[in-house]
Amino acid sequence: MEWPGLYNYWIVIILMMTGFYTAISRNNLIKKIIGLNIFATSVLFLYITMGKVRGGTAPIVVEGGAIYSNPLPHVLMLTAIVVGVATTALALALVVRINEAYGTIEEDEIIVQDQES
Amino acid sequence: MWIFDLIILVFVVITAFISLQVKDLLSAAMIFGVYSFLMCLLWSGMGAVDVAFTEAAVGAGMSTVLFLGALGLTTKEEKKASAPSWGALLLVVLTGAALVYGTMDLPHYGDPAAPIHHHTAPRFIEESPKEIGVPNMVTSVLASYRGYDTLGETTVIFTAGLGVILILRRRNKEEDV
Amino acid sequence: MNSNIVLRAVAKLFIPFIMLFALYVQFHGDYGPGGGFQAGVIFAAGFILHALIYGLEETQKVAKPSTVEIFVALGVLIYAGTGVVSLLKGGTFLDYGVLEHDPVHGQHLGILLVELGVGITVASVMMTIFYGFAGRGRS
Repeated sequence: MEWPGLYNYWIVIILMMTGFYTAISRNNLIKKIIGLNIFATSVLFLYITMGKVRGGTAPIVVEGGAIYSNPLPHVLMLTAIVVGVATTALALALVVRINEAYGTIEEDEIIVQDQES
Repeated sequence: MWIFDLIILVFVVITAFISLQVKDLLSAAMIFGVYSFLMCLLWSGMGAVDVAFTEAAVGAGMSTVLFLGALGLTTKEEKKASAPSWGALLLVVLTGAALVYGTMDLPHYGDPAAPIHHHTAPRFIEESPKEIGVPNMVTSVLASYRGYDTLGETTVIFTAGLGVILILRRRNKEEDV
Repeated sequence: MNSNIVLRAVAKLFIPFIMLFALYVQFHGDYGPGGGFQAGVIFAAGFILHALIYGLEETQKVAKPSTVEIFVALGVLIYAGTGVVSLLKGGTFLDYGVLEHDPVHGQHLGILLVELGVGITVASVMMTIFYGFAGRGRS
């Protein structure tokens, strides 16, 4: 694609800031976790964008030679995706336990209950 | 065809916004699954087929199951639409502006002369068919050249499973563990 | 007509193919996109589908939680074990070239074992996490 130039990075920044704003300003714990996941996938997008070579195909060796996209960001982002889902699973398990202990998953109500006890 | 990529990019941003705005948490989890799948389409269009495969299986599949499982054990709706917090908005706008200023030096999309393509990546691309002989270069880098990182990653998954067992185990005869 | 019958019949058709596809992705990760992570998640998805349609107790009869927890550790053991075997054979840690008579064959064997370990761990952890969430609601 000739057209994007730097626009991919700006989309990454928009997504990153959306996830960041949700993680710091929303009260619901599940919304915070969704915000963190959107932040994580935007960072993945940043690295995959940097790995693309114009006219390059997937980094699987074919007979006759061709231009390949850079395999190194793909490897690092593969690790990042799986680590992201592991973190999400642990965060959701903690949210379930918090709900059982406090009866709510809204952050301001949890803080009020903590200050009263 | 760059028009398809443009449409998918627009939809990615729209679904991200919607997923964070709806009050119904079930819809938020589902739209997050759609967002993951659109990211997967985008990446396979950029030639990152392994990453797209993993994102489809893990992000659009497993993450949605986990969110639904957690929602089944907690509430289904966000309590109240919180008023926008102006301090947080200011911080976010300032950080975004600083990052946009930082991207002015980055190489353009698809530029073959970018520094990332000139140091270790050519060595991997040239030596991998001779030293390892596996056609998929991502697998050869993941399992052989960077095998130590993958060992750490497997340990991270193991630790996450261990953590979930510790947090959520319930023995049938006792109340709470 | 009981709508469960349609779901059960379709699940019976699909689940073997899901597991076959997971094994295909695992062992053809060398020739196309795939590998341990994707295969592990797809394999776990087969079991999760079974649990959604037939109930959690039926699935836990097939794959007991204690057995799955053993497999969680087995995958990491296979991975680290490959590295230790390379140490014992005279190379460095995770140097696959010394595993066989020929470095290229050694790399093939090493990658196969390592991806197997990753696949086993990922599948077992995903199933364990699902058991944790699904089993919590009943008291």
